[in-house]
Amino acid sequence: MEKWRAADRLLKFSSRFASAVNWNNSCKSKQGKYFYSVATTVHRNPLFSSISPDDISYFKTILGERGVVQDALALDAANTDWMGKYRGSSKLLLQPKNTEEVSQILKYCNSRCLAVVPQGGNTGLVGGSVPVFDEVIINVGLMRNILSFDKVIVSGVLVCEAGCILENLISFLDDEGFIMPLDLGAKGSCQIGGNVSTNAGGLRLLRYGSLHGSVLGLEAVLANGTVLDMLGTLRKDNTGYDLKHLFIGSEGSLGIVTKVSILTPPKLSSVNIAFLACEDYTSCQKLLLEAKKKLGGILSAFEFLDSDAMSLVLKHLDGVRNPLPPSIHNFYILIETTGSNETFDKENLEAFLLHSVESGLVANGVLAQDINQASSFWHIREGLPEALMKAGAVYKYDLSLPLEKMYDLVEEMRVQIGPAAKVVAYGHLGDGNLHLNISAPAYDDNILAKIEPFVYEWTSKNRGSISAEHGLGLMKAAKIHYSKSPETVQVMASIKKLLDPNGILNPYKVLPSSLFSQN
Amino acid sequence: MKIMVAIKRVIDYAVKIRVKPDKSGVETNNVKMSMNPFCEIALEEALRIKESGLASEVIAVSMGPTQVVDTIRTGLAMGADRAIHVDYPGTLYPLSVAKILKALVEIEKPGLIFLGKQAIDDDCNQTGQMIAGLLKWPQGTFASKVVLDKEKQTAVVDREVDGGLETLCLDLPAVITADLRLNQPRYATLPNIMKAKSKVIKKLTPEDLKVEIKSDIEVVKVTEPPKRKAGVLVSSVDELIDKLKNEARVV
Repeated sequence: MEKWRAADRLLKFSSRFASAVNWNNSCKSKQGKYFYSVATTVHRNPLFSSISPDDISYFKTILGERGVVQDALALDAANTDWMGKYRGSSKLLLQPKNTEEVSQILKYCNSRCLAVVPQGGNTGLVGGSVPVFDEVIINVGLMRNILSFDKVIVSGVLVCEAGCILENLISFLDDEGFIMPLDLGAKGSCQIGGNVSTNAGGLRLLRYGSLHGSVLGLEAVLANGTVLDMLGTLRKDNTGYDLKHLFIGSEGSLGIVTKVSILTPPKLSSVNIAFLACEDYTSCQKLLLEAKKKLGGILSAFEFLDSDAMSLVLKHLDGVRNPLPPSIHNFYILIETTGSNETFDKENLEAFLLHSVESGLVANGVLAQDINQASSFWHIREGLPEALMKAGAVYKYDLSLPLEKMYDLVEEMRVQIGPAAKVVAYGHLGDGNLHLNISAPAYDDNILAKIEPFVYEWTSKNRGSISAEHGLGLMKAAKIHYSKSPETVQVMASIKKLLDPNGILNPYKVLPSSLFSQN
Repeated sequence: MKIMVAIKRVIDYAVKIRVKPDKSGVETNNVKMSMNPFCEIALEEALRIKESGLASEVIAVSMGPTQVVDTIRTGLAMGADRAIHVDYPGTLYPLSVAKILKALVEIEKPGLIFLGKQAIDDDCNQTGQMIAGLLKWPQGTFASKVVLDKEKQTAVVDREVDGGLETLCLDLPAVITADLRLNQPRYATLPNIMKAKSKVIKKLTPEDLKVEIKSDIEVVKVTEPPKRKAGVLVSSVDELIDKLKNEARVV
């Protein structure tokens, strides 16, 4: 990870708000080059205060010595995102142990006009979980208790604190015979509070829907320290405006989520996975439509990766082998079914697959015969982000696009970029979500100039989303207009000003800074 | 030359095992079952030998209740030519399995019997050795490499033993049991799964083979191993020595 820490970046945007933006991270260790553009810079908001010794003492009285971290190494890790692409210069990391402490911290920060960054597992991919300048990092990782689990009704209801690591929740539920409604490659590090705050999608959205549906309630702390207890466990509750939806997906900019109440589906015993090869993208589309028809009830995941993605994974990831040797096919599809009847499901899936081979949709494929084989197929798909990191610099784009157009973008991007970098595509085909990655030996603004704004404009023209599931964070803070109308964005700004008048929660992110009067 | 491979249906290696409340055994209800990993490796080796032209046919054999057919189908989907299912509703211990295999060998007359070194449910590691004894055939157990010589009718087997590797030369017919590093089994491809549907699974019973199943072993109790105790932080070397001497009694 250390290799890819580039301190500064030049990013030029053309936007309807007529401000080209770049930002200038002032880092303490001066690695990397500085690039400047003629356009306006995102400056540190001068209205924010800086940390003083009095502030430190105050935090220590609330959190104790251990809750106030100023150690350089720990700060270094907390200041840098998972990809090593974004780096802040915060001098203070706070680790509250309960909601009351979070409330006290925020109340104080609000009164002092100290900017803060809520942080969980720090696995986000758009720079939303690390400071831009010297914002105080509030990491909820110590708040990791499971508060209750109720399996009386059809699905389970899990109530836990925001700092619980997703994989730990999955293990806990496994013993009870239930699963989390979401699953993603980052599960070993990501925390449920962050998942909820970013409305994480993942591999099972196809089957269990988004967090807007599976989160039953949450507890959040507003910028002024007010604790909003919306921690219901009821399946149905139509009493007033359902505010929890504001916090789901607002990336910590409206409040800090401290507790989550989530619906957990029962763990079904019959899981089958097939790893298939298709010759062209049209076959992939048709296969998806067929799968939804024939396997509808039991389909739980439908992922795709292209030949460049497969080559990359085979080259850079340990313990991975080509399921369909010896060649690399043009497209690979991973289909997972989850049901309650092993024999029936397997027969159903086999029949579907054999039919697909006969009708020419599928060139070849393998069916996992045990859990180890199944894990190894998932490892290929889930290991792609890691493989991309190991391969060098990566420009990541997460787009929702109409199914028939999706791969056109990939091909056009390849033409745009030329031989300078590799265009790798994979994603949740079943959700219409493309993860477009441009892999280059090193970060290079010439390559970036060929990608942006082309990719955003292409997406906007096809009425897609410039961020299907990763969120806006810092990376796309000025890009929202590509996917949302100005009126909508204005209402968002009003809500932000209402809930966080001083703008201390995760500033510079999610919404364009130009909406909030700064000089 | 025919190769006979014995395969066993066991609880999937990746499943978290739970002991039944009455301690009579392990919970198998609603639990994912798969082919024993070592049996998979054995079958893979047999298939490779056949593909190199040194064998004409690979026969997969499995014993147990009807559900065992699922595992047999996996074996056929990997590439076995045909299979035999010895139908028996109860548990079969290694000696019974070996006796049944002996009866099958007398019918099929294979040149090589491949097994996994042990099953991951009972960890017996006995069946291969027992069948070799019953047939009075040479055995190469814990094989990590197998090289056949058609001319000399021998198998050179590298065995993984405590001290390292031991190389044996066995005259065929012989019994070989597979260890982990022998090979990496192939996945079942869709074309092979399709072909498997028309492959024959012959059903027999122990009675048909004139084998009497009587067990000399009875499982009395199954319990979980004791939970690992948490470590203790000691504050000084003296305290450590004291604990080692008086509590752990290892000094």
